[in-house]
Amino acid sequence: MAQTLDQLLVLAQQRLVALWPAPWQPWVAAFLGAAAIVATFGGLFALTTWLERKGLARIQNRLGPNRVGPYGLLQPIADGLKMLTKEDIVPRAADQWIHFLAPILKVVPVLLAYSVIPFGRHLVALDLEAGLLFFFAVGSATEIAVFMAGWGSRNKYSLLGAMRAIAQLISYEVPLVLSAVSVVLLAGTLSLPAIVDSQAGHGWAGLANWHVFTPWGLAGFVLFMIAATAKTSRSPFDLPEGESEIIAGHMVEYSGFKYALFYLGEYLSLFAISGVGITLFLGGWRAPVAWLDWVPSYLWFGIKLLGCIAVFIWLRGTMPRLRADQLMNFAWKFMLPMSLVTLVAAAVWHATATWTFAGAGLWRWVLGAALLLLPYRALSRGLTQRGRFGPRRYRFAD
Amino acid sequence: MFGAGLLKGLAETARNFVGSYHDPARLPTVEYPERRLASPENARVFPFLVYDGADPERGLRCVACKICEKECPPQCIYIVLERDERGKPQKHPRVFDLDVSVCMSCQICVEVCPFDAIRMDTAFEWSTPDRFGGLLLHKTDLAKPNRYYHQIHPTEAAETDARLAAEQAKAEAKAQAQAKPKAPPSQPAATPASATP
Repeated sequence: MAQTLDQLLVLAQQRLVALWPAPWQPWVAAFLGAAAIVATFGGLFALTTWLERKGLARIQNRLGPNRVGPYGLLQPIADGLKMLTKEDIVPRAADQWIHFLAPILKVVPVLLAYSVIPFGRHLVALDLEAGLLFFFAVGSATEIAVFMAGWGSRNKYSLLGAMRAIAQLISYEVPLVLSAVSVVLLAGTLSLPAIVDSQAGHGWAGLANWHVFTPWGLAGFVLFMIAATAKTSRSPFDLPEGESEIIAGHMVEYSGFKYALFYLGEYLSLFAISGVGITLFLGGWRAPVAWLDWVPSYLWFGIKLLGCIAVFIWLRGTMPRLRADQLMNFAWKFMLPMSLVTLVAAAVWHATATWTFAGAGLWRWVLGAALLLLPYRALSRGLTQRGRFGPRRYRFAD
Repeated sequence: MFGAGLLKGLAETARNFVGSYHDPARLPTVEYPERRLASPENARVFPFLVYDGADPERGLRCVACKICEKECPPQCIYIVLERDERGKPQKHPRVFDLDVSVCMSCQICVEVCPFDAIRMDTAFEWSTPDRFGGLLLHKTDLAKPNRYYHQIHPTEAAETDARLAAEQAKAEAKAQAQAKPKAPPSQPAATPASATP
């Protein structure tokens, strides 16, 4: 029973595909997978806009949307209708084709990236050998969309915004990929279902063997999530949009449905990157403890995804926006060295896996933690005090 | 430690988030159309005309002296004096219009009125689909009973009533003193407050 429930979606797809003649079957299977992904994550996008507005409101001691439907749940529909009925303005000087294609290019690669994420046991649209590589490759294509939007609008503000956005996105791409590489190092594969399988089993105190429960995995997960925040240009890294500074950056000249598409793309890439973070570090669709294995795997994935979204909303409600130079310093002077250090820590963890003497597990932990904490301390000093050691002095607070 | 401040901030917002569900002090929103806060006593929006007694037409304290019309900085008051068929002024406004789309709620009309006839209202829901006619208030819209004045500004209304009563008593005493030498005591001089039929 539990197994049927777990494989419900896979079985349903097989049933539906079997209804078609054999030569059509691969196409129907692909279409069903794509339709399911678009429907699920489109719905999640609507839900998340509501969750985000409610959550941010509560953080700011407000009530949030509560007029449309029960608890304001139909607010996304009202927002969608508003966006659809707005006038679609294209500046006369704009490069028509690039201006038109940019929002599409922002959404389509993200949808492609979903195809390699395992949402449950056997529940993956495309089991690629190099799934992780494919994910980062198509994920990076959205950066072109941002620049196309900025350039095609022929507006100096949107161009400036797009250049800022590109600088940020490319800078944070590096730590994002590097922190994922440490998982690849341990799992020995680029296939995302195989990476989930590498986290199978339960270790100390019945806790799952997720990568996040290792020193390098914890550091890698935090780094990955910080880089993901920047990559999806969410607060506190929302410089590309920066309402108070550059109005909406590359989206200045967009209105109506095209503007909504940019938001859709942003949220979809947030879910996709959270999904990959879950797959890499949080054991994918696996249950945290053995006695919860009966819960269907896709539900575990959903719970973890909603948890990640909640953290992103929480961060957005807390952090002020970084300055552009702080953003760059943080990327190149902290995130990049830290992700390299994490890679070394992961390598050490891998090399010490053969230790068999008494207390080896504890010593591995101590070694891994020391390898991460000492550089962390040094790098954070370097970031806050320009490399000087000694008691911290505040220039303007004395 | 680097990052401690971030955690502190996260803890603060989490406290706000959780607190907004059980701590009323953390969720001060009053959902306006369904629930509303009482106006503070000194609230003022637009002026209204006070009348004594039951008849809004005859009980009006206004004597159409047009001081408020002249003093009104944005000139939103328009008054026409009532005259009888022989053209004699009647100490009563025939027309008293107030354009609330022009009024700036400065209360100068209230301060200059020697008859305590015009006062500030606390009603604020003036939205209307007709921005010309709907926002031009006539005498019938403006006239409100003294009882209403007591409801919205109790302290101020009590003070006004006490002063008017004292003035009336003083006028009656004076009239009696003047009437003493003569044999039959005539009617006391009419004061604004005694305009009540």
